[in-house]
Amino acid sequence: MFFVASAAILVAIILVVVRAIRGPTVFDRVLAANAIGTLAILLLAAIGFLTGRPEWLDVGLTYGLLNLISMLAVLKFFRHGDLAYDGEEERETKA
Amino acid sequence: MMEQIVDIASWILIVLGSFFIITGAAGMLRMPDLFTRMHAASVIETLGATLLVVGLMLQAGFTLVSAKLVFVLLLFFFIGPVAAHALAQAALHAGVEPMLDEDRRNREPPGGAEKNETDPVEPKT
Repeated sequence: MFFVASAAILVAIILVVVRAIRGPTVFDRVLAANAIGTLAILLLAAIGFLTGRPEWLDVGLTYGLLNLISMLAVLKFFRHGDLAYDGEEERETKA
Repeated sequence: MMEQIVDIASWILIVLGSFFIITGAAGMLRMPDLFTRMHAASVIETLGATLLVVGLMLQAGFTLVSAKLVFVLLLFFFIGPVAAHALAQAALHAGVEPMLDEDRRNREPPGGAEKNETDPVEPKT
């Protein structure tokens, strides 16, 4: 049954990769990358059980945290064009 | 006997989770604009991931592996909404408009009540 789950996750990853390639805006690609990260965690868990070595779950947890950080960094970069942006300019122009 | 029941339950959960994962991925491919695609992607993170991980937890039993799976679930529960919110806000800020049948932001309230003048939403033309 772990094989079924792994196969389903792989098919889902293929579909999401197609969306990442086709996605018209950069946000579609970020969304697809985030979904691929989520699916990769699940794939690590399923393959860990498939091969009888669930230690892969630690890798999955780390990967999930990195996934969030990388997504926020990419979004911030495309919103402000700069990762060191602290929001000062926006507040000044609004006031 | 008990083991068989747990085994069958975990089978059902894993297959259901796989089904919802494929459903969400197909939705991400088929939906017409970014926000509906985010809706489809949330199916993967909530129903798909939860069912699959709970199924794996039934397989693992009451062990350290189950504890790690609980942490994976917690990760999804806390990170999914944060990521979705950040993505939607960044997309709106960048000018990605949702696909709408009609713009209801400035319509007359039902019942002929007076229009709320303090409504800050301006019509976008």
